[in-house]
Amino acid sequence: MTPINLANPTRFLSLTARLLPCLAAATIILLLAGLYLSAAAPDDYQQGATVKIMFIHVPNAWLSMFVWGVMTTAALGTLVWRHPLADVAAKTAAPIGTSFTFLALVTGSLWGRPMWGTYWDWDARLTSALILLLMYLGLIALWRAVEDPSRAARAAAVLTLVGAINLPIIKFSVDWWNTLHQPASVLRMGGPTLDRAFLMPLFVMASGFTLLFVTLHVAAMRNEILRRRVRTLQMMQARASSSDVSAVPPASQPA
Amino acid sequence: MSLGPYASFIVTSYLTAAWVVALLTAWIAIDYLNQKRRLRELEDNGVVRRSGRSATEP
Repeated sequence: MTPINLANPTRFLSLTARLLPCLAAATIILLLAGLYLSAAAPDDYQQGATVKIMFIHVPNAWLSMFVWGVMTTAALGTLVWRHPLADVAAKTAAPIGTSFTFLALVTGSLWGRPMWGTYWDWDARLTSALILLLMYLGLIALWRAVEDPSRAARAAAVLTLVGAINLPIIKFSVDWWNTLHQPASVLRMGGPTLDRAFLMPLFVMASGFTLLFVTLHVAAMRNEILRRRVRTLQMMQARASSSDVSAVPPASQPA
Repeated sequence: MSLGPYASFIVTSYLTAAWVVALLTAWIAIDYLNQKRRLRELEDNGVVRRSGRSATEP
């Protein structure tokens, strides 16, 4: 099946029916393995056991940006190619991205209190991540405010593309400004500075959370396609009942 | 496994993540059941897709 075949929602639904059980099983296995490795990881010589928060915080922080990247690609699909599934993909990714961003901020705060002595600081990394959360919420509000899905899709796509400017700001904020947040220690020129004992659980947890996103996203896209079918059928029902009323001669209608 | 003096911060992080993921998963699962139910109700009322195929099936 080529990607262009997936443009057909019916084919997409048929594929998800086969794919979702495998994705869900792989997600559960990876997350359980990640949790085991996180629990077994040694304490850091400076941070002690609080380093375990990293195995939750970092995957969520990565995914908060990755999901916006997926939405940006989908936005291009909506505006440029008018792909039938592009706005479905963008709309359904937003609540999942919001959850990951929320978790990145909360777990970051809980890590910051014992390490920095504060839950929050208005530094560049934390503030730009908070702006990302607000942009996710704004997008969800926009989708809910506009009733016609195709009009909402175009407006949301423009907002998503504009919001993508925030992604490099979040990524490089720790290099461009003097921040309380530490600089990149995994995805950096010259390789990771983390010890292998921490890298392995982090990699497994990040893979598990990424697979969790894929699973939830595919399931949410399936729901959105069904929701649009409900809308179409309701409109057909409304049109049918209004034509029935207009077909009745005025004299036979009750006074 | 000893989590040291900051155990409450570590446990709260993991519990919050588990709670949010469970909530998100449940919301998506419930939404799926709702959409299927609404489609079945419409089909029971005689509203069918132009193709004539069931809307609840791929």
